[in-house]
Amino acid sequence: MNFDELFGNFPALTITGLEQGAIYALIALGYTLVYGVLRLINFAHSEVFMVGTFTALWTWQALGYNQNSAAPALGPLILAILAGLVVAMVAAAATAVTVELVAYRPLRRRNAPPLAFLITAIGASFVLAESFGIGTRRAPFGMPDLIPQKTVFTLFGAGVTNVQLLILSVTLIMMIGLDQFVNRSRLGRGIRAVAQDADTAALMGVNKNRVILLVFVLGGLMAGVGALLWDLRFGYTKFNVGFLIGLKAFSAAVLGGIGNLRGALLGGLLLGVVENYAAGLFGGDWKDFTGFVLLIVLLMFRPTGLLGESLGRARA
Amino acid sequence: MTATVDNKRTAGFKSRWAAMPKQVRWAALAALIVLLYILPNKWFYEYLGFPIGGDYFAFYTTRSDFAGVLFDTAVFVLLAVGLNVVVGFAGLLDLGYFGFYALGAYTVALLTSPESRFGTNWPWLAAVPLAVMVAMVSGVILGGPTLRLRGDYLAIVTLGFAEMIRLYASRNEGIAQGQRGIPAIPHPPGTGTDGKPLFGVVDARPYYWLMLTLILLVLLLIRNLANSRVGRAWVAIREDEDAAEIMGVPTFKYKLWAFAIGAAVAGLTGAIFAGKQTFINSDQFVLESSILVLAAVILGGAGNIKGAIVGGAITWYLPEWLRGVGDLIGVNFDAAEYRILVFGVVVIIMMIFRPQGMVPNRRRAAEFADRRKEAVPQETVPNE
Repeated sequence: MNFDELFGNFPALTITGLEQGAIYALIALGYTLVYGVLRLINFAHSEVFMVGTFTALWTWQALGYNQNSAAPALGPLILAILAGLVVAMVAAAATAVTVELVAYRPLRRRNAPPLAFLITAIGASFVLAESFGIGTRRAPFGMPDLIPQKTVFTLFGAGVTNVQLLILSVTLIMMIGLDQFVNRSRLGRGIRAVAQDADTAALMGVNKNRVILLVFVLGGLMAGVGALLWDLRFGYTKFNVGFLIGLKAFSAAVLGGIGNLRGALLGGLLLGVVENYAAGLFGGDWKDFTGFVLLIVLLMFRPTGLLGESLGRARA
Repeated sequence: MTATVDNKRTAGFKSRWAAMPKQVRWAALAALIVLLYILPNKWFYEYLGFPIGGDYFAFYTTRSDFAGVLFDTAVFVLLAVGLNVVVGFAGLLDLGYFGFYALGAYTVALLTSPESRFGTNWPWLAAVPLAVMVAMVSGVILGGPTLRLRGDYLAIVTLGFAEMIRLYASRNEGIAQGQRGIPAIPHPPGTGTDGKPLFGVVDARPYYWLMLTLILLVLLLIRNLANSRVGRAWVAIREDEDAAEIMGVPTFKYKLWAFAIGAAVAGLTGAIFAGKQTFINSDQFVLESSILVLAAVILGGAGNIKGAIVGGAITWYLPEWLRGVGDLIGVNFDAAEYRILVFGVVVIIMMIFRPQGMVPNRRRAAEFADRRKEAVPQETVPNE
C-alpha cells in the first residue's frame, strides 16, 4: 500500500486514467450496441479492435513511415493520421460485419440457443486472433512516432500531453456524434426499436437484419477509432492485444450499464481512473488484476451497472 | 440433408449395440478398458501402425514420448468430462475452467513443496483431497452470486476469474513466487517391485494409469449422477430454466451443484498434474487451454460423456500425432501451432451445421432440431 504514490501523483494518475478510459469507452460502445440489440456478448469485438491497430500501422508503413522516421510536419501528419483513421475504421467495421454475416446470422436463422452464440463468438475471436498471430509470427510491432509526446499545459501539477488531449477530444466527439445518431436519426430510431422489442419492431416495418448489420458497423467504426488512438498513445500492437483491452472494455460497458451508450463512456473513464489509482496504490503490476477484480465484484453485486440498461429490455 | 442421414447411421449403430446381449457389451467394454491400460507399453504400441514403402505409418506419436502424450491426453479428457457437467448437462458456459485446475495444482504445490512459504511439507496424497475441496469451495463462492444472473454473465465472470488467478500467480512473489513458480513438488507415493519409486521422473506410464483409473471412477460417478434426480434437474434447467423453476426444480441449487462438481474435477486434475510435473508456474495455466477444453466438449458433443472423451482425445492427441505424420511426408509442420485456429473454425462451422457435436446426446440433438423448427419464418425469408 503506497499511499504517498497515490496522493502525491493523484492528478497525474487521474489524467492517465481518463486517457486510457477513453479508449476503453470507444471499444465498450461496440459491446454495448451489440448487446443492446442482440443480447449477445460479442467476444470477437476485441479482435475487431486488434484488426484496427494493425491496419492503421500498415497504412502508415505504406505511406513510408517506420519506427525510425522523424516526426512529420503538420500537413503530412494530419494526412497520415486521417488515412490511418479511415483505413482502421473501415477495416474494423468490415471485420465486425464479416463476423456477423459468417457466424451469427446463420445461427439466428436456425434459432440457435444463446449458448451456441457465445461459443461461436469465442470461436470467431480465436480465429481472428490466431490468423493474425500466425501471419505476424506472434511478434510485437512498434509504431512510427508520428506525434512526439510533449506537455501542452499543466493541471494541478500534472502535465497534459498533446496525445492525451487528442485522445480525450476525439473520444468526446465520437461519443456525442454516436449519441446524437442513435437518439435523433431515423436509423437510430430503428436501433432503439429493435433493442426494445425485435419482433414488434419487425412488424412495424423495421428491417431487423439491416439494423443488426448497422449496429455491427457502428461498433466496428468506434473500435477503429479506438485502435488508432491506441496506436498513437501506446506505440505497439500484437496479435493478442485485443484480449485484455476487450475484457476491460466489456467491464467498462457493464460498469456503466450494458446497452447504455452514455454508460459506456462513464464506465470506461471510471475503469481507467480506478485502475490507475490501484496501480499507484499497489504498484503497476497489479493494474490488470484490479480490472478483473472490479469486473467480478461488479457482475456479482451490481450487474445492471451504474446507469442501468437503457437500450435493452428489463433483466431477463 | 447430410445431418439426417448421419443421424440415421449413428442411430443404426446405437440400436444394434443396444440389441446385443448384455454379456457381449460388457465384454467389449472390458476389452476396451484393458486395451487402454496396456496402450502406453512400448512392446504393445510399436505394432500399432502399418508400413508404407520404406516408412512406417504409426498410430502412436513419433515425435514425442507416447506415454507422456497419453498422460496429457488423459488430463485433457478428465477436464473435458468435468466441464461437460457444467456446459453439457446444466448448460452453463464456463470459460475459466482452467482457473480451478490452477487452484488444484497450486494448492498441492503450496502444501507439499519444501520450497513453499508455508513450509507444511505435506505428502502428496494428503494434499489431493484438500486441493479438490479448495477448487470446489471456490466454485461455490464464485458461482453463488453469479449463477443467479443470466447465463452470459457467468461466461465473463469465469473468464475474468481464470485470468485473475493466473495474473495473481504470476505477480505475487510472496506465496505463488511469481514467474519462478513452485519447484520440488513431491511425486505420488508408492514403491515398485524393483524397489524404485513407482512414480518417477522418466516413465510417464504410472501417471497415465493413475489418470485412467481416476477417469473411470469419475465417469462412473458422473454417469450415476446424470441418471439420477440431479441429472434430470440439469436437463430440465438446460432446456428451459423458467419452466423448470415453475415445475418445482430448485434451479439455483442444481446449477450450483453442477458448477461445484465441475470445479472439483478440475481441481483433482490439477492436483495430479502438479504431482507429475513437480514444478508449476503461471505460464502453464493460460486462457487458451480453457478454450481448448471447451472446444473439446463442444466438438465431442456437449451433454454426452462419450462425446467429451472423444473430444478431449481429439483436441490433444490429434495435433501431437500430426507432428509425426508431417515428418513422414517430409514437411516440418507443427500442428500444435495451428490448433487454436483450426478449432476456432471448426467450432463456428459446427455450431451452424451440427451443434449437437460429433457424438451427440440424443436428447440434446432433439432440442436443437426443435429450436430450428421453431425459427421465426421472417428470418428465413430473403431480406429486402
